[in-house]
Amino acid sequence: MIEATDLTKRFGSTLAVDGLNFTVRPGYVTGFLGPNGAGKSTTMRMILGLDRPTRGSVTVNGKPYDQLRRPLHQIGAVLEVRAMHGGRTAYHHLLCLAQASGIPSRRVNEVLDLVGLENVGRKRAGKFSLGMSQRLGLAAALLGDPAILICDEPVNGLDPDGILWIRTLLRSLASEGRAVFVSSHLMSEMALTADHLIVIGQGKVLADASTSEIIASGSRKYVLVRSRDPHRLRTLLTAAGATVNSHPGDDSSAVVEELRLHVTGMDHDTIGDLAARHGIPVLELTPHSASLEDAYMELTHRYVDFHAGTDASTAPATESGI
Amino acid sequence: MTMTTATAGNQAQQPQPQTIGFGNVLHSEWTKLRTVRSTYWTAGIAALASIALGALICARTAYNIKHGRQSLDGFDATLASLDGLYIAQVAIGALGVLTISSEYGTGMIRATLATVPQRRAMLAAKLLVFAVATFVAGEVMSFAAFGIGQQLLGSAHAGISLSDPAALRATIGGGLYLTAVGLLGFGMGALVRNTAGALSAFFGTLFALTVVDDLLPTNLRNDVIPYLPANAGSQIITVVHTAGSLSPWAGLGVLTLYGAAATVAATVLITRRDA
Repeated sequence: MIEATDLTKRFGSTLAVDGLNFTVRPGYVTGFLGPNGAGKSTTMRMILGLDRPTRGSVTVNGKPYDQLRRPLHQIGAVLEVRAMHGGRTAYHHLLCLAQASGIPSRRVNEVLDLVGLENVGRKRAGKFSLGMSQRLGLAAALLGDPAILICDEPVNGLDPDGILWIRTLLRSLASEGRAVFVSSHLMSEMALTADHLIVIGQGKVLADASTSEIIASGSRKYVLVRSRDPHRLRTLLTAAGATVNSHPGDDSSAVVEELRLHVTGMDHDTIGDLAARHGIPVLELTPHSASLEDAYMELTHRYVDFHAGTDASTAPATESGI
Repeated sequence: MTMTTATAGNQAQQPQPQTIGFGNVLHSEWTKLRTVRSTYWTAGIAALASIALGALICARTAYNIKHGRQSLDGFDATLASLDGLYIAQVAIGALGVLTISSEYGTGMIRATLATVPQRRAMLAAKLLVFAVATFVAGEVMSFAAFGIGQQLLGSAHAGISLSDPAALRATIGGGLYLTAVGLLGFGMGALVRNTAGALSAFFGTLFALTVVDDLLPTNLRNDVIPYLPANAGSQIITVVHTAGSLSPWAGLGVLTLYGAAATVAATVLITRRDA
């Protein structure tokens, strides 16, 4: 269990983390989402006692990090890709951390095995690829068999195989009753991995709810309707309280464009019934659910420090509902 | 690559200590020191410099004496054999810097402090391991350099033996001198944290202070010179002292104070700074 209370960190004139309150519970994968510069890494560093909060506090199993007995047995962390001396072998990197915690050296071989590095344990960590470094970081985090695991962007730089492996690992660790706290900027990945999400922007909590609740909260749900009589249907739908727009689709044909309606505020069953009652032929009726990415973009839109030139969030919702 | 979380259940099997002990941290720091190549490189360079250079100087001096080109008046046979330590100290100081600055440079410090949140204990363990290793290696180098050097000088009947109390003190002092210089490097590394910056601070303190001293008024200068780190520290390996210099042990103490001051400052700051 990780509990943050009014957690605040100021660097000079920049308020990196601004009064965060959240709890990371055992048995779940909790995703930590936010744009670059939102304060995710700083928050994780404060959890580990590496950065001192300007105000507020964060505890691990009820204690500030520096008061934990044998911290590696309570919380494992993968903070940065290469928090290791490149000249040391993977085995020795893990060994010195194990020794500091009184963990026997055979556990080092166990965790090397666990992350699939058993054949390269005697190689220098500096020669490792990004993916191998991530695995070594995870091996270090698992040394003490901790009840809490925190990972900063663990799938960064991994190939699809590695991403699947991490996802499976994190999910199985949570299913064993551990608290898993993981940050990522890959929304689709979080949607598959996390049970619960904490979304932050400019150092503040924007949302703290289950993944499905956050996806459902996205307003970008709509129904695509194609009809032979779009004008009459549009009038009927609007009268019934729905919001209708011409679908800003990618069809270049103006004729096709004219046929497609983008309906929000009414579900597809109701639209179908309404059209049938008025004898309007409907050619297509496709519900589009919002993706986590859409919900996330909506939440964080105002808080992104640096906007790209074109505003991606005005694009229609993606077809694949998650 | 197949993933089974065989990791659970581990806790039940093995008895584990209740808290991290200082011994655990010492053990860890010793592993760190002996598992990077820079340790062996710097120790190798220090050994080569102290022993080979000392031998070279003594061989040349013996030749000069035998051929009447050098008199024995004021000749310090002990210091001649230990002259290589002045080069060795550069490598030892750099190792002291790297011992701590490389952790900050590579990001290892975050893994270290997440494992041992008691930062001062970590720093103390790191220093202790480094200091003991440097002292042992330094004594070996010093005695080897003395032994080989005196053998060579003996051919010109200019050698001295360890039965001479001052020669024995100077030779034991060789290892202590290297340890004190190493402490200065370590302190600068812990204080500055950036390798390049810490190396500059180390060399600046050890050598460049001598240049700054030239800027002082003459009457003040003579009061300050004996207290500069290199001048003060070298008294412990000197048998024939020049007028106005500190006594051997006071000199070693002054050199040690420079390193201790940097280390104490780093110890105070380490819990206040973000890692």
